[in-house]
Amino acid sequence: MSTIDLLEDSLAHSAPGSSAVGIDAVDVSAWFGSNKVLERVNLSMPPRTVTALIGPSGCGKSTFLRILNRMHESIPSAKMAGEVRLNGEDIYAPTVRITHMRKRIGMVFQKPNPFPAMSIAENVTAGLKLTGTKASRAEKAEIVERCLQRGGLWNEVKDRLDQPGQALSGGQQQRLCIARSLAVNPDVLLMDEPCSALDPTSTRRVEETIAELAPDVTIVIVTHNMQQAARVSQQCAFFLAEQGTPGGIVESGTTKQVFDNPHDPRTSDYVSGRFG
Amino acid sequence: MTTADLDSPRQLGQVYSPADKAFRRTAAGIGGTVLVLTASIGAFLGYQAIPTLHRYGLSFFTESQWLPQQDVVGLSAVLVGTVEVALVALVVGFPLALMTALYISEYAPARLKGWFVALIDLMAAVPSIIYGLWGFFFLQPQTIHVSRWLAQHLGWIPIFHVDTDPNSASWAQTRFTASAFIAGLAVSMTVIPLACAVMRGVFAAAPLGEREAALALGATKWGMIRTVVIPFGQGGIIGGTMLALGRALGETVAVLLIISPAFDIKLNILQVGTETTSALIAGLFGEASKAQLSALLTAGFVLFVLTLAVNTVAAVFVNRSRSGAATEI
Repeated sequence: MSTIDLLEDSLAHSAPGSSAVGIDAVDVSAWFGSNKVLERVNLSMPPRTVTALIGPSGCGKSTFLRILNRMHESIPSAKMAGEVRLNGEDIYAPTVRITHMRKRIGMVFQKPNPFPAMSIAENVTAGLKLTGTKASRAEKAEIVERCLQRGGLWNEVKDRLDQPGQALSGGQQQRLCIARSLAVNPDVLLMDEPCSALDPTSTRRVEETIAELAPDVTIVIVTHNMQQAARVSQQCAFFLAEQGTPGGIVESGTTKQVFDNPHDPRTSDYVSGRFG
Repeated sequence: MTTADLDSPRQLGQVYSPADKAFRRTAAGIGGTVLVLTASIGAFLGYQAIPTLHRYGLSFFTESQWLPQQDVVGLSAVLVGTVEVALVALVVGFPLALMTALYISEYAPARLKGWFVALIDLMAAVPSIIYGLWGFFFLQPQTIHVSRWLAQHLGWIPIFHVDTDPNSASWAQTRFTASAFIAGLAVSMTVIPLACAVMRGVFAAAPLGEREAALALGATKWGMIRTVVIPFGQGGIIGGTMLALGRALGETVAVLLIISPAFDIKLNILQVGTETTSALIAGLFGEASKAQLSALLTAGFVLFVLTLAVNTVAAVFVNRSRSGAATEI
């Protein structure tokens, strides 16, 4: 079976939560131009687990996250080395179609980015249209309801699905974006500081959503908020870029171990709030 | 302070520094001058048009012939010709401008982008007489074959009909020259850079967040452009096209060099002879008597109103486009 066949095969699954797909980074390095920003990062993000990436600004954790669904290479001058394996398959293999990979590995961004020209319902099904997935009107309605429910937004918007997505509050927009990424049934959901632009109440709703999704989808979340990492994640990786050197993982393990009993003094300093 | 004072809004005032005051007045003065100039051009043309409009009344807009010696002047054929040439320019120019703008903004390699932008700007800088010469000496001898082909295959559509047998072995080449079609092609060269620059500007401003959202969902590049870039640039696409239309309606020299004047209302754009408002004015201005001059200035007034209207609509669309109003929280 070729890589593409394998991909098509796993794309064919439609029932949510049937996936048990982990994602592994192997010796991942990254550059912007000639500036190396990540040095040989190895991290295994097991299925049905929330992995939090923590660390001070500029340590490469967002870059690392964007490497996991090949968004990194959309920036001119961005380069990478190493492998990212989804279910054992290298997503950077030359035989892989990048659009298939990105469909399987969804992403939620720091700033909510619903499509402004679309209604709430159209925003949710945008991914189907963009990936050429056929769905009948009834199927679409079902997907809209299911995804908005999983995104924790259904009760707030069920009576106004045809209104523009931009009319929602920031927190609602972010949950709409989560629902939108779920509509294409991703195996992995990457979240790049999803709550940094939200108020505490919205943040709590998004965290609840993460907890509800965790049994079905492998989640990797970048966060600056240490309490949030402690609340939502089971596994944690601490990134650090020391002066003039590229970023890398100082320590990773279960969230409990990293927070309560860090092996490295730098981790200890960071999680206890002594810097960063 | 009484209760009434607290209940009504306060008058807010502030003191400006002398430098600030001076700058405000200078800026307001210069800005005002531009408005006054535009208005005065309109007022001048309108004033000059009064005798003609008074004399010919509505027939000035319904009469097709322009025979001042016989006291017959009218704009209907000229206006039809003006619109035909402008529409040909748009039909040819719009897709070229749109695709060029999309290519430069979305697909061109970063190191070539600057070159393409400069080339398009250079295209805008070429004087339109050059396009006229190019159209007359280079384009026309080639284009008549295209015109003939269109007349052969699409001749049953009135606009592509030509009053000659296009299938004849010794086909009448001169029937296909100096037409609205060829003039429109030359004019399209003058409007493409304008439309392209406006469109490229709005495409480039499509928010990165929305682009990445589409790509992260598994969209192809074209899918992303369709869902994000084009809806975002809609106002610019329409506005740029309208600006191009305004320019095309007024284009003079390129048209004057190519067409041979003909004052009948006809829709067959491939056939020899047409006339546009600006070419009429430029062509007859030199040898006009006082009364004829007034008639020409009236034609100018009509053109002024027409282009002002088109450009105003264009400005409304460009301003309405979402550029600069990206998703804020």
